[in-house]
Parts: sequence; C-alpha cells; structure tokens
Amino acid sequence: MKATVTTGLLLVFVIGIAVLACDTKDTDTSFDPENTGKLRITFDNVVSSSDLKLGSTTYQNASGESFTITKFNYFVSNIKLRKADGSEYTVPQDSSYFLIQEEKPASQTITLSKIPTGNYTGMSFMIGVDSARSLANISLRTGALDPALNDGMYWDWNSGYIFMKIEGTSPVAPAAQNNAFFYHIGGFGGGYNGKKTLNNLRTVSLAFTDSGANVQTSSVPSVRIVTDAMKIFNGSTKLSIAQHPSVMFDDYSPNIANNYAQMFSYDRILATP
Amino acid sequence: MIRPISISPIRIGLLSSLLVFLLAISCQKADSPDPDPGPGPTDPGGGGVVYKPTPVTLRQPANFPALVYDLSQNPLTVEGVALGKTLFYDAQLSRDTTVSCGFCHQQFAGFGHSDHALSHGIGSQFGTRNVPGLQNLGWDREFFWDGGVTSLDELPIAPIQNPVEMDLKFSEALSRVQKNPKYPPLFQAAFGSDTVTTARFLKAISQFLLTLVSADSRYDKYVRKEAGGDLTSDELAGLTLFQQKCATCHATDLFTDKSYRNNGLQVSSINDQGRYRITLNEADRLKFKVPSLRNVEKTFPYMHDGRFATLDQVIEHYRTGVQDSPTLDPALKANGQLGVSLTDAQKNQLVAFLKTLTDNTFISNRAFSPN
Repeated sequence: MKATVTTGLLLVFVIGIAVLACDTKDTDTSFDPENTGKLRITFDNVVSSSDLKLGSTTYQNASGESFTITKFNYFVSNIKLRKADGSEYTVPQDSSYFLIQEEKPASQTITLSKIPTGNYTGMSFMIGVDSARSLANISLRTGALDPALNDGMYWDWNSGYIFMKIEGTSPVAPAAQNNAFFYHIGGFGGGYNGKKTLNNLRTVSLAFTDSGANVQTSSVPSVRIVTDAMKIFNGSTKLSIAQHPSVMFDDYSPNIANNYAQMFSYDRILATP
Repeated sequence: MIRPISISPIRIGLLSSLLVFLLAISCQKADSPDPDPGPGPTDPGGGGVVYKPTPVTLRQPANFPALVYDLSQNPLTVEGVALGKTLFYDAQLSRDTTVSCGFCHQQFAGFGHSDHALSHGIGSQFGTRNVPGLQNLGWDREFFWDGGVTSLDELPIAPIQNPVEMDLKFSEALSRVQKNPKYPPLFQAAFGSDTVTTARFLKAISQFLLTLVSADSRYDKYVRKEAGGDLTSDELAGLTLFQQKCATCHATDLFTDKSYRNNGLQVSSINDQGRYRITLNEADRLKFKVPSLRNVEKTFPYMHDGRFATLDQVIEHYRTGVQDSPTLDPALKANGQLGVSLTDAQKNQLVAFLKTLTDNTFISNRAFSPN
C-alpha cells in the first residue's frame, strides 16, 4: 500500500473513530471481560499486486481487456473463528454482517468484540447474506442490512441482497451503456414452492498461516486479508467484459460467484498496538 | 400508563427498574429490533405526543383461509394505520412530488388503476405491467405479478424506486419524511419514537395495507348466509360454472390459489417472461400470479399487461384465444382441447356471477380514502 503520510494519518483517524464508535456498544456486562477480547479484521482491496484505486487506474484482465473499477462492495457475514485444536467460535449472528466498500475506508476494518481469548489459527465467513437473514423481519435488518442505507446492495424487484457489486468502465463494454460494465451478484436460494432460485452464497475458509491471532483482554490482534478484485475476472472462469458486460440476476452469475469465492487470501497479523 | 398515585417503596423499586430497563433499551436501539409497539410508557421525546397506541383487531372473515402475515411482528394500532395511510397518500415519496401510492392504487378501482392498461407513473411514463388491485394483502405471501417481492414489509421500496413509477431513492424518501414536520409526531404516536427508520416506515404502510380487507360483496353475504346475500338464478348458475371451470386457479374465497400460471396469452411485444425472471427456471416462463377476482368488475383492464378492457373479452380469451406453448397451464389443455368450453349463455351467467364479487362497502369506505 503506497499511502502518503496524510492518507495514513487520515486512515488512522478514521479507524480510530470506527473503533471508538464500536466501543460505545460494549456496555453489555454479561460476558466476563476477563476472558474475552477483540479481534480486528482488515480487508485490503487490491487488483493483482497493486492497491485498488477507484476510477483512476487501468487494469487488464486475462482476456486482454483493459478496464477501470468505479465501485467495489461486498458483504462479509457469518464469521467463525477457528483454533488449532479445531474448536470454533461462531460470532453471534446479530453482530456478524459487514458491508465492505472500497469507497469507505472505515468499512474495510471490522472489529469483533467479546471474542473468547485464545490463539486463533483461521477463520471462515460467508460472502453475502444468508437466506434466514434475507427473509428476516425488516426490524432485524438494520445498519448494513437496511435496504435504504446500504449503497444499493439490495434488489427491490426480486427481494434480496446483492452480495458483491463491482462496476467500472472498459472500452470493450457497449457504447450504448457508456462503456460501463456491471456485475451485481446475489441470490440466496429462496423460493417457497418447487425449485429453489439461484444460490450465489459462498463460504470462504482461510488459515492464519503464521503465528495466529492471539486474542487477549490486553491486546487486539489485527488480521489483514487481501481481497484481489482481479480474481472476479481471472478466477476459475475467465470473465470477458466484451462477452458479459453486465451480469446481474442471471444464469451466468454463479461463474462470477465462484470467482469471487477465490478472491480472499490471508496476509499477516498486523502489529499489535 | 395512568395509575392511581400512591408512593410505596415497592412502586419506587418497580419504577426505577422500569427506568433502568428503558435506559438499556435506548442504548441498544442501534442494533436491536423495534421493541413491541404495544401499549407502553411515554417517551420523553417526540414533541410531547403521548405514546399510547390503540390496538386494532384485523378482521378475519369467516369464509377466508388463515392469515399469512405475522401480526405479532407488527401489531396494528390506530396510530400505525393512520401513519401508514398518510404515507400511502403522500406524493412526496416520488421524485417530483406528483405521484403517491394512491395515485396508481385508486380506491374506486379496487385500489387498481382503471384508466391505463400499463402502470402509469412519474413524468407520464409507462411500466410494463398492469397495476394490481390492493386487497386482502395479509393473506398473501408473495407480491407482484411475478412474486418477486416476498414480504409485504418490503413491497413499497420497489414502486418508490422504480424509474417509471415514483423514481425516488428509498433513502431519499426516508429523508423527506424525516424532514417533514408533520411526521415526527405521527411516528411518535405510532411507534413511541419520532425517529423515522426503514422498518417503522415500512411497517406503518403495511399496517394500512393490511386493513384493506374486502369481504362484504354480495357473494360473501351469500356464502356466510347474511342479509343482503341473495343471488339471482343467473348468478347462481354462474357460481356453479365458476366452481366447475375456474376455481382450480381462482381457488378459495380469496379467488386465487396464489400460484403462477401461463394462461395462454399471445406473447406481446413487451415479451414479459413473468415468473421466469425471478426463478430463472424454464418451467416458469410466461407464468404470472393468478390474480384474485374480488372487485373484478372495478379492476379493469385485465391480465398482467392490461390487454383486455372487459370481462367479456377475458372470458372470450379462455373460450377461444388460448395459445399453446410448453408452459401452458395443463388446466387449459384438458383432454387435448385448448381453453375452457362455454356457451354464450354460460358466458353471460359467469359475468353475472363475477359482478357479485364487487364489494361496495370496500370501495367506498372512508377509512381507506385520503383525509
């Protein structure tokens, strides 16, 4: 990450605010503070090996098509943390939905609270919003799940959340749509009768391949996860913008879901403050 | 809560624990669901409006199946319904403040839009489908012609945001309601808080929509053996024909089995694939939700694209117009014969029966009209 000092300072400030904001919710005393701590997870969005820059940088996919990215959002949910002995801690569902937005740096670091102390060696999470929560009472869908307030990550004509949204421009995208491309991928496998609808939920499992994340009451480890947006184009399916300039709720979308399931990798535990 | 005043240590204890409880609730607001909007103590905010909602019992007509909507998640109150009605008739929820929900859902037309075959929204633009009438929505589990919306509480987002209907970002609709001084007291009265949230906004509209129960047609009175339920011999003959030839799809006293079916319409230039676009299942191509026939006399034009202006044309379609296709409903291809066989006399009897489904009480009820 080639951040200038100013950006760095700004980031620290924003993260600080985010942490402070989260702290105000930690008034529940039903957990023994002696045995719980916090874990921070930072999703660093990149394209191949360089930091993702919205709008300004031109990238090239494996199909040889150049493109820029103007929007990149995704839901991370249903987080589980794993210890070396295989035991798992499931983050309570109510506090396990996060919308990561490239244009909102604060959204890229999430803080999990009240985590039982111990050394965690891996995690898994879902990309998207599971069916139970997608169909839950509207009162249970606040914050990132509020259909009014989540940057359009919700389909109103086919009730449900958009799990991953990437938009940009490319000379090979149709002039009729201003050379823009759109990939809005969702579908939780709903349907009351008969065949279930599209299910583009994917679960990602990552190992913390070095020393692990040691959660203690006194120290908050920070896991850095790298999200490579290029994998959306160059995953198991080679996505051609010219051939598929806009994929939303359609039969091609599972190919993109399979690609975005591959875009996350564990990087390292950041220095504990 | 009005109680006789007597200050005993127990009462002080109870009061203070109530206060502590309230404090805890207010701290959790950010990520917990609305507390039950049942009768409760007054909120210090909200411009002095007392939060003491009056419960409303949703009517459950004896000849209807069981309600589908979970009222425990959104108990109806006089105040909630009133707020919902205000929102329903508020044109501020459209981009140029000309189109309200009630603009397209007109009471005299069974909360449909009788003037236009296709829905007619902002800037005189047209959609691709006929405005469905609104009634008995608490008995529905899926909405729209294609069933794309699966909760009444999420329904209003679509027409508000649709570029050819109200064309307003939902966040902007909420913001306008937040800024309009008439709303905080209404939200306070309905939900005990003057904060306009997505959930409260939507639940209030649901409350109003849920009260739109149509169950007082002459047919209903006939079925329930009430006064005013006399049917003529033609109407009775039409009822018998209906039960023989139409009730497979237009089932129960809701007059729909809520399924999606291809009724053999010639595919129009709009080429609407119906339910298929929601399920992406080939078997669902050209299927649309079976509409209720309640108030059918008033909800013309007919079919998902409003192509037929009269009931006579509709029945003529079933008699002679049904087109075969891979997803045509089997009920319209019984014994290899396309459509439904009816004589001219039977057609007239059927129309006579359908008109007994008109609920004049419903379409003239002042409680549903703009204030």
